[in-house]
Amino acid sequence: MKPTSFWAAPILSVLFFGLFVGIWHFSTQQTLGEVTVDPEYAALIGAQAATGGQSAMPGPLDVGAKLWEHIRDPFYDRGTNDKGIGTQLIYSIGRVLIGFALAALVAIPLGFVIGMSPLIYKALDPFIQVLKPISPLAWMPLALYTIKDSNISAVFVIFICSLWPMLVNTAFGVASVRKDWLNVARTLEVSSLRTAFQVILPAAAPTIMTGMRISVGIAWLVIVAAEMLVGGTGIGYFVWNEWNNLSITNIISAILLIGLVGMMLDTMLAQLARAVTYKE
Amino acid sequence: MSQPFLKIEGLTKRFAGSGGAPDFTVFENIFFGIEKGEFACIIGHSGCGKTTILNVLAGLDEATEGGVVMGGREIAGPSLERGVVFQSHALLPWLTALGNVAFGVRSRWPQWSSKQIEAHSIRYLEMVGLGGALHKKPAELSGGMKQRVGIARAFAIEPKMLLLDEPFGALDALTRGTIQDELLSIVQATHQTVFMITHDVDEAILLADKVLLMSNGPYAKIAEIVEITMPRDRTRATVHHDPQYYRIRNHLVDFLVNRSKTYAGEQGDDPVHPPVVRPGLDGGAQVVPLAKTPTPSDQASPGPALRNASN
Ligand SMILES: Nc1ncnc2c1ncn2[C@@H]1O[C@H](COP(=O)(O)OP(=O)(O)O)[C@@H](O)[C@H]1O
Ligand SMILES: [Mg+2]
Repeated sequence: MKPTSFWAAPILSVLFFGLFVGIWHFSTQQTLGEVTVDPEYAALIGAQAATGGQSAMPGPLDVGAKLWEHIRDPFYDRGTNDKGIGTQLIYSIGRVLIGFALAALVAIPLGFVIGMSPLIYKALDPFIQVLKPISPLAWMPLALYTIKDSNISAVFVIFICSLWPMLVNTAFGVASVRKDWLNVARTLEVSSLRTAFQVILPAAAPTIMTGMRISVGIAWLVIVAAEMLVGGTGIGYFVWNEWNNLSITNIISAILLIGLVGMMLDTMLAQLARAVTYKE
Repeated sequence: MSQPFLKIEGLTKRFAGSGGAPDFTVFENIFFGIEKGEFACIIGHSGCGKTTILNVLAGLDEATEGGVVMGGREIAGPSLERGVVFQSHALLPWLTALGNVAFGVRSRWPQWSSKQIEAHSIRYLEMVGLGGALHKKPAELSGGMKQRVGIARAFAIEPKMLLLDEPFGALDALTRGTIQDELLSIVQATHQTVFMITHDVDEAILLADKVLLMSNGPYAKIAEIVEITMPRDRTRATVHHDPQYYRIRNHLVDFLVNRSKTYAGEQGDDPVHPPVVRPGLDGGAQVVPLAKTPTPSDQASPGPALRNASN
């Protein structure tokens, strides 16, 4: 294989993007001209929405303009149902980070204990196996009923869905620390606490970080759905609200930003993972 | 009767047979002693239980029967008094060479300042010729260098005894020779008490004061204790010029090739006092022929060999 230039992939990416935007642009332009509205439907949803650009599929230029609008003024506040997209994203990121942090606080120490003790591992395994595959949204009604606070319920759902990957990975990472390394600590009479923090933790850190990365990814997927359910604030609520407003441009803008924030979260954890990875 | 520094008494290791199978006895009734400052090598075929014995000495494993006494005290669990060099070097890959050595030093002298710990660790890394690689991670070191860090880590805690499990087994011959020389000079300078497993006959002759020959398992035993009677100031370059060298070498190879398989069946010897032989002093006429088949009387009278020096 010939070595490819450093710029080959980025140039190709830009090309694909251009192609995608081009196809999008021309296909939306056509439908805009040909759109014929069933009069009954028009009457139902309002004449302006039916014939105007709002309900028709927006083109890339519309979305671009909308995005620019959002980016210029991300934090505006015009009442409960009309807040800037930046504000909504910050609400969502905040919920994800709080739920995720709480889950890490529970999952990592508990995973440590489970990984160290084959007995506890066996005893807790059936519970973990049953609880793990439950969709986090299935907890939502129960959470709303018991907690009676939609905000905390959303955080709880994030907590629950972040818990399992971190718990399982921590337990696995701790249980599979090389026997040799533990023996080194034993022959050097290193205290249990120092062994836990200076041998087991660094040895299991890459596996734990993988669990954290999976968790934050799932949490970001779930938060949008959770906020659609509980309403009030957050990017999920924003999307749902814009659907009620029939503002497809806003929805597409939000979708784009959801993807970008998800990528950011993942990149941050990947960076952390790189810091604790070791080569054998 | 003076007690040796390290005394292994009636050591037996059995693994419970699974599913109604009879117990598997790896070795049985192992008795030997090691004096302070003595370098003992153990040689035997793979699977006879050498690593198991070493792990019991290290306190990492427990024998089914018998015990080990060091300096008048029974060994129970691992201790900083015994430094271990693992076969697979067992360096912590996220720490540098210096970090790995300092990890043990900090445990040995918890009251020391970081400066002291670092200075002490560097001294031992320089001793094994790694002064220039202090801040390299194990992944950046060659196999020989990694094993050197392992040796420095074990020496740096200044243990009363050093346990080495085939430390050079995975190294190429050239590197192995260099590190053997280094180990030899360190041990000669420090009079360290050492117990080392090896499968390399030449390595054993170069380094050891005595070589424990282990018969094949199951029911492995210490078949013979071979004293290396050549002067202690050996070097790898000259050791084979000594006329004793080939007599000892032939004796060891003969054991490994011919006698180790059948030994376990023989009941002629008292396991508490394995025969002590000095093939090096036998004189030309007493060289053990390679093809000689073993009989119990062979072990009872190998020339002027002494018996039962262990008590
Ligand atoms: N957990 C175990 N269960 C059963 N047999 C074992 C177990 N661990 C080791 N053995 C057996 O013990 C014997 C001795 O092993 P080892 O001490 O590693 O031998 P060596 O170091 O001399 O090659 C081997 O035959 C091995 O099969
Ligand atoms: Mg072994």
